[in-house]
Amino acid sequence: MAMIAMREALRQAMVEEMRRDPTVFLMGEEVADYDGAYKVSQGMLAEFGPDRVVDTPIAETGFAGLGVGAAMAGMRPIIEFMTFNFSLVAFDQVINSAAKVYQMSAGQYPCPVVFRGPNGHAENLAAQHSTSVDSLYAHFPGLKVVCPATPADAKGLLKTAIRDNNPVVFLESELMYGWKGEVPDGEHLVPFGVADLKREGTDLTLISWGKPVHTCLKAADELAKEGISAQVLDLRSLRPLDHDAIFNAVAKTHRVVVVQEGHLFAGVAAEISARIMESCFDLLDAPVLRVCNRDVPEPYATILEKLVVIDPERIVTAARRVIGRA
Amino acid sequence: MTPVSLAPPLPPTSVPQLDKDGLFPLWEQMVLIRRVEEMAAKAYTERKILGFCHLYIGQESVAVGAAAACRPEDRWITGYREHGQAMAKGVTPRAMMAELFGKRTGASRGLGGSMHIFDKNVHFMGGYGIVGAQCALGTGVAWSLKHLKTGAVCLCWFGDGAANQGAFFESMCLAQLYKLPIVFVCENNFYAMGTSVERSSAVIDMSVRGLGVGMAREQFEGFDVEHVRNRMSAAIEHARSGQGPVIVEVMTYRHRGHSMSDPAKYRKPGELEERKQNSDPISITEERLRGFGVTDAEMEAVRERVEVIAKDAYEFADASLPPDPADLYAYTYAPASS
Repeated sequence: MAMIAMREALRQAMVEEMRRDPTVFLMGEEVADYDGAYKVSQGMLAEFGPDRVVDTPIAETGFAGLGVGAAMAGMRPIIEFMTFNFSLVAFDQVINSAAKVYQMSAGQYPCPVVFRGPNGHAENLAAQHSTSVDSLYAHFPGLKVVCPATPADAKGLLKTAIRDNNPVVFLESELMYGWKGEVPDGEHLVPFGVADLKREGTDLTLISWGKPVHTCLKAADELAKEGISAQVLDLRSLRPLDHDAIFNAVAKTHRVVVVQEGHLFAGVAAEISARIMESCFDLLDAPVLRVCNRDVPEPYATILEKLVVIDPERIVTAARRVIGRA
Repeated sequence: MTPVSLAPPLPPTSVPQLDKDGLFPLWEQMVLIRRVEEMAAKAYTERKILGFCHLYIGQESVAVGAAAACRPEDRWITGYREHGQAMAKGVTPRAMMAELFGKRTGASRGLGGSMHIFDKNVHFMGGYGIVGAQCALGTGVAWSLKHLKTGAVCLCWFGDGAANQGAFFESMCLAQLYKLPIVFVCENNFYAMGTSVERSSAVIDMSVRGLGVGMAREQFEGFDVEHVRNRMSAAIEHARSGQGPVIVEVMTYRHRGHSMSDPAKYRKPGELEERKQNSDPISITEERLRGFGVTDAEMEAVRERVEVIAKDAYEFADASLPPDPADLYAYTYAPASS
């Protein structure tokens, strides 16, 4: 086990897969000469050359669509969005082209493309650079949506994404690129659709994915001080979704708080809550609660920003409510 | 910084002129496409074909001429008015008609319909319904054709309407930057749905849009199938040689409305009749064939053969089974890699 940062884990995944498969290439803004806007692709140009680590002009529709077309024609592109906010410019290509072409062609054209980059809140980036796109992309069949919370999962899931025959939206976090964690040595693959219980507990389950998993872990520490045993279930992928893990968590703790970065309205947290209600209502001892970002575009000033994003305190408050100690 | 360089003109045609034996099959192909399209129009009025249905009648020379300039391994990707292109590229009338009918024997097994015809066996990579989006896809196809060293070229088809889309402009930027083997084929049929070119663009020569990125360009009339074949050969040769992409704008005209539901009231009075009279691809080639000594009887024999093929396509489609509901989820996700 080596202790490495998230960005290095992601880089290892790409480098290993590019060594393994000559059809894999990385394309995006500033990925080559500049070594990556967040240095995820540092050094990759030197190893693989400009045909496989490719700088693009600022043309997200164009290069996202290029990735889809290249995938249909036999290669395995990794398309980096400098941030997933910019993917909204390319939304048509991700949704109408990537997610649908396998079905429209009745299986004649698989589309093995990975769209990756940082997603969601960072710090003081204001409204247009802080969007969480999880719920947008998870809405569409045909896409896989993956959101690692640790360097080990980041590496293992990205390698799986690159080998997958479907378009994968791979959501990282700018704040997490420097966060370190232990990553297994050697070949390390993490399958999609398998949630990971990041912390065991008996009184309630905090369900989350991506960066807020860590906020949940902090909240669980706080709750432990009050004698409340919270477990933290990291979904790791939203499509496919690990229904069994969610069901098992409800069966075990009977109380759930779903924690989702991004807006509450029509989000993935609502989907999970609805599924729990539909499939295991009788196992619940309390209504499922959601903790999400406040329902406003993210403001710039620190004092306002802190009100919008999830913090451990809000999760603790929701946890107390769900176990009847509010 | 390198100085701005204007795009080079395409070289003159290097392919030999067509004789009777070369031209005759192209005419036959055009007649077949038109007859199958007419059959589709009939089936649409019978409600055997549903949804949107955009016919290619009047534009046959463009697809057939381009196909005559291509190699089998070249890829085609296009918009939603693609029935003629699909057949020119090798999709059988049966597979195409069955797709329009929404049958399991269709090119896309009834999942795509009129706008989404795919046939990997003949490298027909689909019709797409979001105007201009296929330009970016075609650019990616060309990326792989280049880097997998296939020697093949991508023909990326779109209309004058798509030439106003951002995806088209971005695709030109990328294709030229990376010197990709792609020919952007703009079929200018003068109307983006009901909006004429003059009303949708300040510049009505769409091919000059290539100049902004330094792309080789050409605009020409596309009613003469041999002329299309000649100029497309020059464009494809340029793209295949590694010199980079080309944009060609082919002036054409559709005889039908935008889709089956469009009575096309936006045309100028007499315009359609004038075009049918003077610019019908099939008549133009017929006249040339007569000059080669082809007799009415020879042409009639072809028309009879075409009638049989078109009827057979209709009957095949009609008799085919619809998709199996059990397969509803079969194509949402591709299976795992081996």
